[in-house]
Amino acid sequence: MLERVEERFRHLTPQGDFCSLRFVRERSEVLAVRQNIVQPMATSEDSGAMLTVYAGDGMGYAATGHVSLSGLQRAAEQAHGWAQQSAGRSVVDFSKMRTAPPTGAYATHELVPWRQTPLSDKIDLLRTECARLKTDDRIVDWDASLWYTETDTLYLTTDGGRVYQHFVYLVPMLSATANAGSETQTRTFGGRGYCRQGGLEVLDAVGFRTAAPQLSAEALQLLTAPNCPAEVMDVLLAPDQMILQIHESVGHPLELDRILGDERNYAGTSFVTPDMFGTYRYGSDLLNITFDPTRPEQYVSYGFDDDGQPAQREYLIRQGILQRALGGLSSQIRADLPGVANSRACSWNRPPIDRMANLNLEPGNASLEEMIAAVERGVYMKTNCSWSIDDSRNKFQFGCEWGQLIEHGKLTTVVKNPNYRGISATFWRSLKMVGNQDTLEIMGTPNCGKGEPNQVIRVGHASPACLFAGVEVFGGE
Amino acid sequence: MHEYFYTLADAITALLKGDEIYTCTFRGEDSDFVRFNGSAVRQAGTVAQRFFNLDLIRGQRHAGADVALSGDLEEDHARLTQALAELREQLPYLPEDPYLLYATDVQSSVHEGENALPDSASAVAAVLDAGRGRDLVGFYAAGGIYAGFANAFGQRNWFASYNFNCDWSFYYQADKAVKTAYAGFVWEPDEFAHKVATAAEQLEQLRQAPRTIPPGHYRVYLAPAALDDVLHTLTWGGFGLKDHRTKQTTLLKMVEEGARLHPGVTLRENTRDGVAPNFQGAGFIKPNQVTLIEAGTFRNCLVSPRSAQEYGVPTNGASNRETPQSLDMAAGDIPRQDVLQRLDTGVYINNVWYLNYSDRSACRMTGMTRFATFWVEHGVIQAPLNVMRFDESIYRMLGEHLLGLTSERELILNTSTYHQRSTGSSRVPGALIDDFNFTL
Repeated sequence: MLERVEERFRHLTPQGDFCSLRFVRERSEVLAVRQNIVQPMATSEDSGAMLTVYAGDGMGYAATGHVSLSGLQRAAEQAHGWAQQSAGRSVVDFSKMRTAPPTGAYATHELVPWRQTPLSDKIDLLRTECARLKTDDRIVDWDASLWYTETDTLYLTTDGGRVYQHFVYLVPMLSATANAGSETQTRTFGGRGYCRQGGLEVLDAVGFRTAAPQLSAEALQLLTAPNCPAEVMDVLLAPDQMILQIHESVGHPLELDRILGDERNYAGTSFVTPDMFGTYRYGSDLLNITFDPTRPEQYVSYGFDDDGQPAQREYLIRQGILQRALGGLSSQIRADLPGVANSRACSWNRPPIDRMANLNLEPGNASLEEMIAAVERGVYMKTNCSWSIDDSRNKFQFGCEWGQLIEHGKLTTVVKNPNYRGISATFWRSLKMVGNQDTLEIMGTPNCGKGEPNQVIRVGHASPACLFAGVEVFGGE
Repeated sequence: MHEYFYTLADAITALLKGDEIYTCTFRGEDSDFVRFNGSAVRQAGTVAQRFFNLDLIRGQRHAGADVALSGDLEEDHARLTQALAELREQLPYLPEDPYLLYATDVQSSVHEGENALPDSASAVAAVLDAGRGRDLVGFYAAGGIYAGFANAFGQRNWFASYNFNCDWSFYYQADKAVKTAYAGFVWEPDEFAHKVATAAEQLEQLRQAPRTIPPGHYRVYLAPAALDDVLHTLTWGGFGLKDHRTKQTTLLKMVEEGARLHPGVTLRENTRDGVAPNFQGAGFIKPNQVTLIEAGTFRNCLVSPRSAQEYGVPTNGASNRETPQSLDMAAGDIPRQDVLQRLDTGVYINNVWYLNYSDRSACRMTGMTRFATFWVEHGVIQAPLNVMRFDESIYRMLGEHLLGLTSERELILNTSTYHQRSTGSSRVPGALIDDFNFTL
């Protein structure tokens, strides 16, 4: 299929000043066992192409599932029509978007291939893990599932560019819900956060086969736990909450298209302004944030973004000082700021916009035990379950599934409904200790929403556990 | 388009072997998408997409596949033939599904909407014209949306709708803006102009110095768009039978402890007056209305065929997600023109943003004010308000602290375009609420 699409693209009647094709083929399977019953197996096969044309300073796109020569030709002409319509009234001067034609390839390392493992083996694995979640009559719902996806992308340009990338993703999920009367508590395996590139070897890497009993036990513990107290105290966040904290209050505010106003009608703007780069103190000296598409096992590693720009690791925040924005080529041109290769689309039917890829908080020196010992009164929170932040990405409130008080340097009472709130612009300055490599988890999320038309996309985050001082904490009712 | 779908469905029927049966759904769209920033075009393009979901069934075993179509009959016939063969290979490896349920009474229907859409170029020109001299940022989406169902018993359902949704903001500065939506089936220049003029008037009010209030409890007015966001959050687990039976519903206190909302609160899934298809993925036809909450008391869940089979109750045609598609809240008795006077001193909230639960068992949700939110004193707008975070239980918001609902309601067409353009809608009044809890 890829060869045929390439050949057809090379035979298209040229349109505009520049034309590119981005073909995406994505195959996925979801296997799930709920309450020990195998759920309907869901498979999907999606494919299509987006043609993008520049004409003068204008740009247009057309996406189609019809990838015959005539289908692609029609799409190219439609894209050209939009480019002509937007010329002279375009936010971006697309005549400046020309770069050297990209060439290259990228492929996920899949050590234990999904497709070479019998379906019955995968179902048996899920049956086993699902059964291990049901430890008590008060566990009223429980499930185990795997979401496998294989994606091929081919990016071609009329000036000879060609980039082929092959990705394999796995998202393992576990959930146990406990109930007593009108109290219900759920523990999950990091939400959907233990998502990685790779095959079934991911399961052992993330501890999927050992997690179930503890999740059920913790859900039951929460049923009788007191609410998290409401007071200002230190907060120790586990990696499966840190990834959300990074995502919402570092990642989104640093997206250059938000800073430039593109998202103001939907996802919002940013408290970060272009003049802050290079000087603004985003966090304490301990804060180091990288854009890192180079970790092979991480969820959103790649060789090139969807505008064909080669991807490399960059510091966005170094020792607490803001360095660089999350902006792809078109945003870099508009803002006259350095950025990264993060112009990404969720599929063939959506145009690329500035997205996070792998956005990581670099590990520090503290062990988990040292951070707990350093707290006089605080709370340890695990696994995000609630997130809300204002449209400037400043005033946030996040909630976790699990909380445990830290008193005089020791973990003590388990508490339910732990929530905390703060303001991004000052919160990161209260970063007091950063966990070492042993506390680091490589995670991500399959569901980051943004853009008009809306796009939900994969994002990777790696983070150690981190300790913050003087945070407003509270619980439920 | 519906003949195309029916031809493919007939082809599947012809390929069945032995006691095999199938259900299938079709979804597609031909959409023009244009986004704007700074009263100029940011990205403009067209998306044509069609997907065919096939569930092959033999006894209680079944397997499903979602296949992207090309629009070329020969090519798509080949894709579906291959998909069918792969599903047939999977079936022996899958156990019987005790919760499989599909419609067997044939109830076919065709809803072929009229395409009276404007040429997108002229709509885009109108939007750019509205933005002249202003900072307009927004999005225009228009075109055909298609949905279909077919099964081996000969049932055929088709839905086509041709609508536009123009959703834009006039920005004054920073996060101060007026958001407006204009959606429908026929573009009426006068109606669009009226909405532009109204937004421009509100924009003038944003030029006053913004006010900041300390956290605390305030009387507020939630305009219909804001209340719609609250209700939308409530639909996350609020009404599905599976959520109720597994005790995960956020309305658990209503069903376990008899908690009630204000007697003025009545919520329905009102398929008859919505704009979504009236059939679902297993072929069941939705009733015209399902009463969810009546006069503050919980009445009915939304029941998918799967939940119906699992819990031994009849389905009411809900989708697998068991969330409302056409939510309808009964009107109250506060005339809209009296809202400011009845609010007296407090906060007038046009839009809220990014809601989520902070305590699911207590049905307490947090979120932000956004866009045009005003501080009001003695019934007169004083100044725009800087964004505030709220954290409040539905039992207080729409229960003991609800002062009343407006007698006018707004039809809000869902602007979501995740994966595909939404056919969801809601019909919602505004709400006057006392002691609303702002926390940050």
